[in-house]
Amino acid sequence: MAETAYWEAIRRAHDEEMARDPLVIAMGEDIGVAGGTYKATSGLYEKYGETRIVDCPISENSYTGIGIGASMTGMRPVIEIMSINFALLALDTIVNAAAKIRYMSGGQIACPIVMRTPGGTAHQLAAQHSARLARMFMSTSGLRVVTPRGPLDAYGMLKSAIRSNDPVIIIEHEQMYNLKEDIPDEEYFRPLEGAEVVREGSDITLIGYNYSVHLCLQAAERLAKDGISAEVVDLRSLKPIDRETIRKSVEKTHKVLVAEEDEAPVGVGSEIITGIMEDCFFALDSQPVRIHAADVPVPYNHKLEKAAIPNADDVYHGALKVMGKI
Amino acid sequence: MSDADKKRLLREMIFFRRFEDRTFEAYMERKIGGFLHLYSGQEAVATGVLEQAVVGKGSENDYVITGYRDHIHAIKTGAPPREVMAELYGKETGSSKGRGGSMHIFDASQNFMGGYALVGQPFPLAAGLALGCKHKGTKQIAICFLGDGANNQGTFHETMNMAAIWDLPVLFVCENNGYAIGTHIDRSTAQPDQYKRVDQAYNMKSSQHDGMDIDNVMEAAKTAIDYVRNESKPYFIEFMTYRFRGHSMSDAKGYRTKEEEAEWEKRDPIKIYSKKLIEAGIVKQADIKAMEKEIDDEIENDIIKFAEESPEPKVEELTKYVLDDNPDPRWIGPLQK
Ligand SMILES: Cc1ncc(C[n+]2csc(CCOP(=O)(O)OP(=O)(O)O)c2C)c(N)n1
Ligand SMILES: [Mg+2]
Repeated sequence: MAETAYWEAIRRAHDEEMARDPLVIAMGEDIGVAGGTYKATSGLYEKYGETRIVDCPISENSYTGIGIGASMTGMRPVIEIMSINFALLALDTIVNAAAKIRYMSGGQIACPIVMRTPGGTAHQLAAQHSARLARMFMSTSGLRVVTPRGPLDAYGMLKSAIRSNDPVIIIEHEQMYNLKEDIPDEEYFRPLEGAEVVREGSDITLIGYNYSVHLCLQAAERLAKDGISAEVVDLRSLKPIDRETIRKSVEKTHKVLVAEEDEAPVGVGSEIITGIMEDCFFALDSQPVRIHAADVPVPYNHKLEKAAIPNADDVYHGALKVMGKI
Repeated sequence: MSDADKKRLLREMIFFRRFEDRTFEAYMERKIGGFLHLYSGQEAVATGVLEQAVVGKGSENDYVITGYRDHIHAIKTGAPPREVMAELYGKETGSSKGRGGSMHIFDASQNFMGGYALVGQPFPLAAGLALGCKHKGTKQIAICFLGDGANNQGTFHETMNMAAIWDLPVLFVCENNGYAIGTHIDRSTAQPDQYKRVDQAYNMKSSQHDGMDIDNVMEAAKTAIDYVRNESKPYFIEFMTYRFRGHSMSDAKGYRTKEEEAEWEKRDPIKIYSKKLIEAGIVKQADIKAMEKEIDDEIENDIIKFAEESPEPKVEELTKYVLDDNPDPRWIGPLQK
């Protein structure tokens, strides 16, 4: 076991997979000579050279498309998109090509690409650098969308994503790259599917993914002081969603809150709560609550930004509402 | 090229014309649905270029990719015509098991990597196929056929740049038929000579040629393909051509004149090549008539029959092929609790 930062975990996964399989390459802006915006490929250019750590011009749609084309020949490109906001430029090749080629070809051609990108707010980056967009990708057939909450998953899920035969989008988070956690020294894999109960409890289920899992965990600490036992579920995968784990937890606690950093309309919470209505409506003792961002472009001013983006306090108060305490 | 090969080439082009004509009829009979874009008039381009590439040899083939006007490119690369027709009929025996249709013919066994509906999307995919070839050190190249209209997409510029900086072995074939649906190139494109849009801008070799005379196409394509393969560098080749039919099926062609159409029809690639071979004494008019008869019989009694009689996909298999249907649980899970 060694304490490892989120970015180091990603770097290690790249390094091991590239050492194992010459068909694994990484592509993206500033990932090579410059070492990567979040250091996720630092030192690898020196080790693997420019044909395997490929510095790309600022052409998101087409370098993603080149990665997809290469994957159709059996290569395993890992594409870093500097920010999920810029991934919008690559929507054509992701949504119209990568997600559909297997199906359109009647199963003949796979597109085993991995696209990693930070999706979330940091501090005062304003409207064009604070998109979350998880909800947009999770509605596309033919993609896998995963959201590692910490180094354990960041390493283990990237390894799995590289080996899987499907296009996988890994949504990271600007505020998590320096998050540290002990992870095993020996190689391991964390599967792309399956939600996880990260804190057991009996009174209420708090569901999060990516950074919002941490908000749920912080809220659960506070709730414990009030004598409320909260169970925290990390979705881990937004596509597909593990409804079974959610149902089991809700049948145990009878109360549920979903916390997301995305805006609410047609959001992650809408999908999760609809699933709960379909799967275990009669297990609920009270109305579910969604904690989510305000329906505005993210403001620059720090007070406005704080008001727009949910925090642990919001999750805590939302949980009290579900419990009928406020 | 031997006389027998010349005769074969003529037969292929006639076959391609008759094949498309027959899909037109099947569309009118409502046997084929959706959009249907026919290649009639442009046959010399795909036939001539791919004649110079490695095709019909399965996994050794060069990679070929194109837009939605893809039936003939697929067949010339090696896709069985009956499977292409069955695909148009939406059958399980079709090239893409009835999931793709006219615009999405795929034959991975022949490295035909598909037809795509998004104009300009194949540019980067082609460069990626070339990157795969280069990375693995095979002698294969990627060949991307697209129209003149596609060059107004951002992917054109982005991909030309990357293909050039990374020395990717990809041949971009621009089939300049003068129109993007109903918009003439002079009204959409500041530089109507497409090959001029890459040489200075992206430091890439490029050239422009007549695309109606297959001899001409083959000669130009050979130079370009040799360059791409031997130098491992991209090349952009433009062929001036014309589509004889509408853009797709519901096109009244109100945007072009009868005179213009008549001018180009004089340069019908099949007429040009027939005339040459007759003059050289390689075929007689009667041989061509016999060829046409034989082709029509094959289309009717083999290809159409196969498409008609094949089963449709099973509705129970609606969600097959969305993701890997046999995923490895070590990577996919679900998570063990
Ligand atoms: C991204 C995109 N925009 C618009 C269309 C609609 N569309 C289909 S074909 C076409 C014209 C393309 O012309 P060109 O590239 O010259 O090819 P041609 O049809 O002449 O072979 C257009 C605008 C599309 N399919 N994709
Ligand atoms: Mg055109």
